[in-house]
Amino acid sequence: MNQEVKLMKGNEAIAHAAIRYGVDGYFGYPITPQSEVLETLEAEMPWETTGMVVLQAESEIASINMVYGGAATGKAVMTSSSSPGISLMQEGISYLAASELPALIVNVMRGGPGLGTIHPSQSDYFQATKGGGHGDYHLIVLAPATVQEMADFVGLGFDLAFKYRTPAMILADGIVGQMMEKVVLPEPRPRRTEEEIARQCPWAATGHSHGRKPNVVTSLELDSALMEKNNERFQRTYREIEKNEVRYESYHTEDAEYLIVAFGTVARICLKAIEDARAEGIKVGLIRPITLWPFPYDAIAEASKTCKGILVTELNAGQMIEDVRLAVGRNMNVRHFGRMGGIVPNPSEILSALKKELIGE
Amino acid sequence: MKQEIIIAGFGGQGVLSMGKILAYGALMNDLEVTWMPSYGPEQRGGTANVTVVISDTRISSPIVDTYDVAVILNQQSLDKFEHSVKPGGLLIYDPYGIHRMPERKDIRIIEVKAMDATIEYGNAKSYNMILLGSLIKVDPIVSIDNVLKGLKKVLPERHHHLLPANEKAVKIGMELVNE
Repeated sequence: MNQEVKLMKGNEAIAHAAIRYGVDGYFGYPITPQSEVLETLEAEMPWETTGMVVLQAESEIASINMVYGGAATGKAVMTSSSSPGISLMQEGISYLAASELPALIVNVMRGGPGLGTIHPSQSDYFQATKGGGHGDYHLIVLAPATVQEMADFVGLGFDLAFKYRTPAMILADGIVGQMMEKVVLPEPRPRRTEEEIARQCPWAATGHSHGRKPNVVTSLELDSALMEKNNERFQRTYREIEKNEVRYESYHTEDAEYLIVAFGTVARICLKAIEDARAEGIKVGLIRPITLWPFPYDAIAEASKTCKGILVTELNAGQMIEDVRLAVGRNMNVRHFGRMGGIVPNPSEILSALKKELIGE
Repeated sequence: MKQEIIIAGFGGQGVLSMGKILAYGALMNDLEVTWMPSYGPEQRGGTANVTVVISDTRISSPIVDTYDVAVILNQQSLDKFEHSVKPGGLLIYDPYGIHRMPERKDIRIIEVKAMDATIEYGNAKSYNMILLGSLIKVDPIVSIDNVLKGLKKVLPERHHHLLPANEKAVKIGMELVNE
């Protein structure tokens, strides 16, 4: 086993993990702070080793539609971008969900709205978890907090996408995209053969020379009775995902009088604030949702039982706080602390906010 | 053991690379490390900085308030970060281009004339390596052997002929703080 520890940026880890997972195709367009994904793939030239296609498309809209085409043939395909680019992709993402196609989309978020800044943000939470495109659909949304998770969630994202035939998203912030830390990359494995793809994806458009009925991949269904049936099938899948795939991490919740809920790199800044708070004798715990959809409602409800208040800390004006409020009901004191537009708070700001909002200091 | 280090100066001075080599050195020392750059247009002028956290246990936040060590290469960075050094911490600065000297009395302040040494050495690109040599002399969190191994990892192979010149620069930097 090659367990070599490497030092790299989160964006680079995504590229390396994609090659090693046996991804068939990457289609993307450069944008800060995620450009290293495409840059690393082009430097690694996987088309010469695994046969993976890497293509810089003419736009984000082209990229997501190339992903749609690849996914319709059962290939493991992905794209990555940052907030404004992900907005451009929303139509294609809705089509992927409606056509029940597995794919991986990576959003390394920057400050918005609009073209905004290039600095870190988490202001696409609503877009990612509530369906950024039109129609009743969900993405499986994974929120990495470490470079290791950036690497690991590529494989996890594809595994879940293929298991449930639905697109998955890695929702990262600019911090974990740009920072370097230690990572152990997954073991390389070969891309699936055409036969393996045909076996794994009997729904895919893989050619039908063997006399089977043609597979049609489409999101269009003009018969509303059938379209409602399609929707019911999508919803059954979402209920299965909610039942099976909730992931979160908790720290120091056993004796916590106060709880912080934060995702991505912000959870790590909060963890340092919690270490400092505990040094002052304030008993604070942390819940870090790893899947933002499905959301860990039950875990937060459970952890809040012994708590006097919850501080939700995000790089936005207050988005995940709505799900936290749904989890705990109206009787719990749930407050928000956020910075916007690319500003990242430091641990002492979070500790001050905790004292001000929950303890009344 | 944990050290929170900031290296700050102008874009183009090699601030991010210096942090990267230090981070690789920590990796070679089998320590935990995070490297968080300021990223963006400052790479082409303006101020640039990088936060490197090195620890023997899991690192929570890659973003910190206060620093055990600050390596300061211009006036703007001195103004911004002098007061973020923890009491008892270390501030290393190059007086070249600095008109207001550091004033703290509760920290260790080391002046390193790295720009002068760089001019004397005659290799403009060795500035950050000279400073890195001074840093690991004063704050031996990473050994010189591991810094040189780290450098070998950071430099693409086509530039490996530059390794001896960089090793020399690190040693010049180490000698600068002998005096």
